[in-house]
Parts: sequence; C-alpha cells; structure tokens
Amino acid sequence: MKILVCITHVPDTTSKINFTDNNTKFDTTGVQFIIGPYDDYALARAIELKDAIAGTTVTVLNVGPADTEPTLRKGLAIGADDAIRVNAEPTDSFFVASQIAAIAKETPYDLILMGRESIDYNSGVVHGIVAELLGIPSISPVMKLDLEGTKAKLAREIEGGKEYLEVSLPFVAGCQEPIAEWKIPNMRGIMSARTKPLKVVEPKAADSGVKLQKFELPPPKGSVKMIPADNVPELVNLLKNEAKVL
Amino acid sequence: MAILVFVESAEGKIKKTSIEAVAYAHALGGPVTAIALGAVEKAELEALGKYGAQKVLHVADERLSQGIIQAYATVLEKALQDEGADILVLANSSLGTPVAARVATKLGASLASNVVELPKTDGGFVVKRSIYTGKAFAWVELKNQKKVIALRKNAADIKEVGSPVQVTPYSVTLGDADFATKITSSEKATGEVLLPEANIVVSGGRGMKGPEHWGILEELAKTLHAATGCSKPVSDMGWRPHHEHVGQTGVKVAPQLYIAVGISGAIQHLAGVNSSKYIVVINKDPEAPFFKAADYGIVGDAFEIIPKLTEAIKAAK
Repeated sequence: MKILVCITHVPDTTSKINFTDNNTKFDTTGVQFIIGPYDDYALARAIELKDAIAGTTVTVLNVGPADTEPTLRKGLAIGADDAIRVNAEPTDSFFVASQIAAIAKETPYDLILMGRESIDYNSGVVHGIVAELLGIPSISPVMKLDLEGTKAKLAREIEGGKEYLEVSLPFVAGCQEPIAEWKIPNMRGIMSARTKPLKVVEPKAADSGVKLQKFELPPPKGSVKMIPADNVPELVNLLKNEAKVL
Repeated sequence: MAILVFVESAEGKIKKTSIEAVAYAHALGGPVTAIALGAVEKAELEALGKYGAQKVLHVADERLSQGIIQAYATVLEKALQDEGADILVLANSSLGTPVAARVATKLGASLASNVVELPKTDGGFVVKRSIYTGKAFAWVELKNQKKVIALRKNAADIKEVGSPVQVTPYSVTLGDADFATKITSSEKATGEVLLPEANIVVSGGRGMKGPEHWGILEELAKTLHAATGCSKPVSDMGWRPHHEHVGQTGVKVAPQLYIAVGISGAIQHLAGVNSSKYIVVINKDPEAPFFKAADYGIVGDAFEIIPKLTEAIKAAK
C-alpha cells in the first residue's frame, strides 16, 4: 500500500507573528519552523499503518522552497520512506492542493493523509480540494482511522460529538488528534533520513482566483483588571455593566 | 449578485452558525436563497425568512440527514446553478469547510474560509480571514465571478430583518459516488449548548483537580446558558470528552465571554481562545500566564470562587 502524507512547514506555535514589506510578507526573523501539528498526527498514523501492514510505503510531500527541506527530512527521520518537494511558494490553498493532486495523478496513492488545516493560514480546505480534483472521497476532521483490507473505518469529529464512517480506498483524510501519538525521531531515524530520497519537482500552473492584499495584526490587548477574591460580585458588575456580556 | 446559503441542522433544528451565515448573506446585499438538506423542522426552515432569506429550498432526502461531504457538494453545485447564484455562504464548521472546498473546486470559484467580516467591495471583493490561529488576519481578494465564503462562528450579528417564508421543495439526482462515504453511527452531545456555537464558554483545567469537581463549572455554565470546555491535559486524562478540548489542536472558540478556571494558559490553549471578545481568568497562581491574555482576573481558590460567582450571577439576573 502507498500512503502520501502532505505536511506543512509552519512557524512554531510560540512564534510571535509579525509582517514586513508593508504588511505583505511574513517576518521569519527568529522564527523556528516545524511540521504542522495536525500534519504530525497524520504522519504518525501513516507510520503506524506502515508498521502494521507489510509492504506499505510512506511518502511525505511539501509544497515549498528549498529552505523547507529540513521539515521534510524530519518527516523522513520519523519514518517516511521518501520525500517530494514541490519547488514553489505555497501561495494559497488551491495552488497547494493542485500540486498535491498533480503528484497523485502521476503516482496513485491508496491513502492521502494531511492535517485538518495548517496552523498558519488555517484554511482547512486543502484535503477537500485535492479529493475533488482526484474525484475521490474526502473526510475531515478524522480522529480515528483503521484499515481492513481496502476498506477503512474512521471516526470524524463533529460539533458536539463524533461520527463513525466507512469508506473504500482511495480517499483523502484531514487528520487531528487523537488519531495517533506524535512520533519523535530517534538517532537512527535522523541518521537514515540523510540518505533517503528527496525528489524536487517543479510546480504546475494553478490559478485559484484568490490574491493576498495584506496582512493585519489585531489591536494590542489592554492590561488585565484584577478583582479581589473576596469581591466576586464586582466581577459580575463589570461583566454586566462594563463589558456588557451578561 | 444572488447568494445561496447552505444551512446546517442538527436534530431537526437549524444551527446558530448557519443563521449567522444567512444574516451575513443578507448584509452582503443580494437576494438570499437558503438551502437545507435532510430532516429539518418546517417551522425552522420558514423562520430563516426572519433573518434575511427570501427563499428557502429544502431537499427532504433522508439520506442527506447525515453530513456526507460529497453528496452535499453535488447538491450545492446544482442549486447554485439553478438559482443563478454567484456567491455561496456557509459556516466555517467541521462539515461546512470541507463542503466549501469541494463546491468551490467544482465551480472554479474563489474560496475563502475562516472569514470574519463583511467584504470591502470598493475596487474588488476583498474579505478578511483569521490566520495564525487568531493571531493575525489576511485581506484576500476573491477575483473569480463565483465565490465561496466559509464564515467563522460569531462573526455576524443575527438580526430579525424579515418575516417567515414558504419553503420550496428541491431535489437533485445523486449517484453512488456521492454516497461513497457511509456514516455508520454517531455520538452526539444532547441537551447542552454546543461549544463552537456558544456565546459564553466556561472552561476548566488541571486546577479543577479531577472530573468529580466539574459539577460546579456545569452549574456556572447552566446559569450563564454557556457551553463547557476544558484544556488539553484534562481531555488527555479522560476527565472530559475530547470534543470539549479547547485549544490549537482542539476546538477553537470565539465567544463573547470565555471564563477559564484553573487553566494556566499554555500557548496552545491561548491559540484556541484568543478570538474571544472578553476573557476572565480564575487561578490560584498569580503568575499564571493566562492573566496576561485576560480582561478580568481573580487570584484565588476556584472551589470557593465559582459557587460565589454562580450565586452572584443568579442574584444579578
């Protein structure tokens, strides 16, 4: 079985978000980049399936320029067999999804996994676009995924609960916890990642009809108003008469 | 500029996030057609007229009472064509967003999810999206004639602007491929305020010391007509179900008021709540980082403060 795991190269959760060039570019100064946390869950489940099902291979894919390769190497260190980098800035969801779909059309995969959304653009639509472009089912957000031959049993989170589903391979899943435990690369994995194949492919043209104009930061937060523990009614007074939320 | 709004329902009732989508579409200015799928109460459908829908389509196909992404996308694509609509508005929900992705791809439409405001339309159609888990925004131009907008919860004000309308039956031929995914069962929370839709959220963390102490939070939530949430460690330890986990990898909320009790405020938790209008933090540790993100704070023992807060709210009503 062939599994494709699409990973994003995103700022660490703790990063301070700033923009440059008149608020049109993300400021990477001092920012550490990681595999998207949701994508980490997708990759971890793929590795578990690889360990459980003989003959399974896992490919990690990222759409990004050369400086995203350490993120792909981390995916290899975690246990993926090979990697593909589409050599392009990931400008928007449709562009990224089109690149993934183009790769999957050339080399069909039984399962395409990715996070439910990236933690930078938070679109949550790439899995759906990929699946529509390939004409296969998409399911998101997936919190459980088990395979029985060519059938899959999944659990999907819905507002206030979850649904259990069945679907045949191939399909695309947008993953989230607790689908698997995150995997941390060990020394052997890190060493072997250096020699695993990483293929670079040039992007295909794709026009999403979406154009970024500018970024904006929210207004700075005011300081907290502390209320003595022995004066709880004052909190109610402030919520009712100052914030007007009661 | 005709607009179609996909309205989601649960247990026969229209979801609040979908009523917000109707209100948003009305504010956009075009004639608004709402479409609902599966088993929905007639009065609920008719009431959509009050929030701005001039027409309500209902696909009363029982198979669509379950949220099958592909089938929904097929229905919505056809309805957009039949209604001559250029814009589809729906809720940025666990169902709405994946459906938006597929419909936009079918139509070759410009797509924006997580939209938080009405567009700017002087010189294009430019929407504001929440990005970096609420830490920033992006203004993006939707250039294609067809547009799909997934609206973030609590981003539109619900106002009564019209009166109930008649419901028009609508049908679309669906094939096997539309039902390739089968929903076999579900577990749904009932009789409570749903976390993603709540105006007020009361959340507990490890400071609550155990699941047996959640009663005081539930009492406070009931008094406020609020939803209950929790931090990641609490759901990891099994004290509360996963669907109550608020945070970067859990549910992201944007209520009017978020009350955090015994939660220190890890950055991953803050990422899930930083779109809240007001944040109250109650924690016995004065150094808890959450106080820096709060509007109001109390340093003290939750087990003493929460019952007092519940009583004070009851007294103030």
